Amino acid sequence: MTESVVDGVDGLAYREFDGERRLATRGSPVYGEPTDGVWRLWDARRSKLAAAVERGLGPGLTADAGVLYLGAAAGTTVSHVADVAGPTYAVEFAPGPLGDLVAAAEERPRLFPLLKDARRPATYAGIVEAEVDVLVQDVATRGQADVALRNRRFLADDGRLLLALKARSEDVTREPAAVFEDALERLSSDYEVLATERLDPLHADHLAVLARPRE
Amino acid sequence: MEGAWFAELDPADPEAAASAVRESRRDGPADWPGLAVERGVVADREAYYDALHAATTAAARAAVAEHERADDRRLVEAVRALDDTERVANELAERVAEWAGDTASDGGAEAVVRTVVDRESEDELDRRLVGLAERAAGLYAERDELRATVERVAPTVAPNLAALAGPVLAARLTALAGDLESLARMPAGTVQVLGAENALFAHLRGHAPSPKHGVIYTHEYVRGTDPEERGSAARALAGKLAIAARIDHYAGDRRPELERDLDERIARVRERTADGETEEEP
Ligand SMILES: C[S@@+](CC[C@H](N)C(=O)[O-])C[C@H]1O[C@@H](n2cnc3c(N)ncnc32)[C@H](O)[C@@H]1O
Repeated sequence: MTESVVDGVDGLAYREFDGERRLATRGSPVYGEPTDGVWRLWDARRSKLAAAVERGLGPGLTADAGVLYLGAAAGTTVSHVADVAGPTYAVEFAPGPLGDLVAAAEERPRLFPLLKDARRPATYAGIVEAEVDVLVQDVATRGQADVALRNRRFLADDGRLLLALKARSEDVTREPAAVFEDALERLSSDYEVLATERLDPLHADHLAVLARPRE
Repeated sequence: MEGAWFAELDPADPEAAASAVRESRRDGPADWPGLAVERGVVADREAYYDALHAATTAAARAAVAEHERADDRRLVEAVRALDDTERVANELAERVAEWAGDTASDGGAEAVVRTVVDRESEDELDRRLVGLAERAAGLYAERDELRATVERVAPTVAPNLAALAGPVLAARLTALAGDLESLARMPAGTVQVLGAENALFAHLRGHAPSPKHGVIYTHEYVRGTDPEERGSAARALAGKLAIAARIDHYAGDRRPELERDLDERIARVRERTADGETEEEP
């Protein structure tokens, strides 16, 4: 069995699924994904973070990394993050998908589900610890750059932001490239952008942004 | 420490921790695991994360439960709106029919509205008549949308009740009770006469016989049963509906055996009329 470890991280690996080399994490299944022993497929088609990691934009998900994840939805992606990383805070503001997120958290003692609005960090600053190593944001709502700026306060100075920017959430009528340019411009006040990747065709009109905070 | 979720916590009260997670306010984060250990709130970081996990999952679970409860209230509003739009539409349609001089045609006022909207208007008064008919037609269309929505949503809010009563009647019963929890608390005899409050009060004042059924009359198992046995059918149906409401409110899973039981009970009630004998239920 081919198994190449990603970034020297234990719970994250490339494994063979149906003859293809695919990203996988070690943990109990959450949403009916294919499994192979203790490993479960982390599908880049379903997860923008998986797509970003596959394209070399890994934000440094190591076993002891603290993670703040904004826009957790039903927990598809954040469950994989919690398989790999340390304490993982999962923020989602819609109560609808929260039940599934809680189910994923029940199997993961270091995954903390929070029903909070990512535009209002003061509602979770008394819960989420300071200096997390990784901030993941996938909120698909207007004002995505602002959300990243407001949550800068949680990130360690040597931490990383991995932002999945959805063009259509900002403005359906404008060219995605122009929307991305504006968002990156706004981000640059507090973040230094290290790399960007379009996630098409897996995720249409999405840009993955890897950045680090400015001091 | 101010605003930390564990700042003013009674460690023996898990619900307090969950509500602190929901209500905590503070500008910036701090090293909460470190501070909690330092202040002796917990023995070590692992114990801190265990407590945080218990508190955050409990808070999230409570929020999910609240959200689901809220759904039955929205369903109640939708079915009330369905009845309101129908009532108002009928009122306007009757005015249209009278104005158009067409009060006898088949299909009632709703059918008249559909013919009047297609009329050529010759003068200002005609235009107003057609305009009014258009409003009424719009309301009927909205009523149809509301009914479709109620039919779609009721099975997600109260799956067993909707399966037994049909989605619209399930929503009406919930509306008459106020919400699903109130319906779940009602004895079967009350469910049986929900919607027949006027008849019930008349009975209580001694003016009338006790009503045998309320809104559940619209159910095929009551309406389609011989009048002699209708009271028994209504009692059997109400009994199962009360159980279904309780399961939906307290458990939430589907129990197909409820429908089977009800089908059998009704079949037995109807057999009695077929045999020509009538006897009172115990
Ligand atoms: C594209 S989905 C996230 C999918 C998820 N990250 C995954 O891969 O499993 C975007 C989510 O962000 C949530 N969201 C949008 N605005 C938000 C806000 N201001 N605060 C928290 N969550 C938000 C939405 O409710 C939605 O569930």
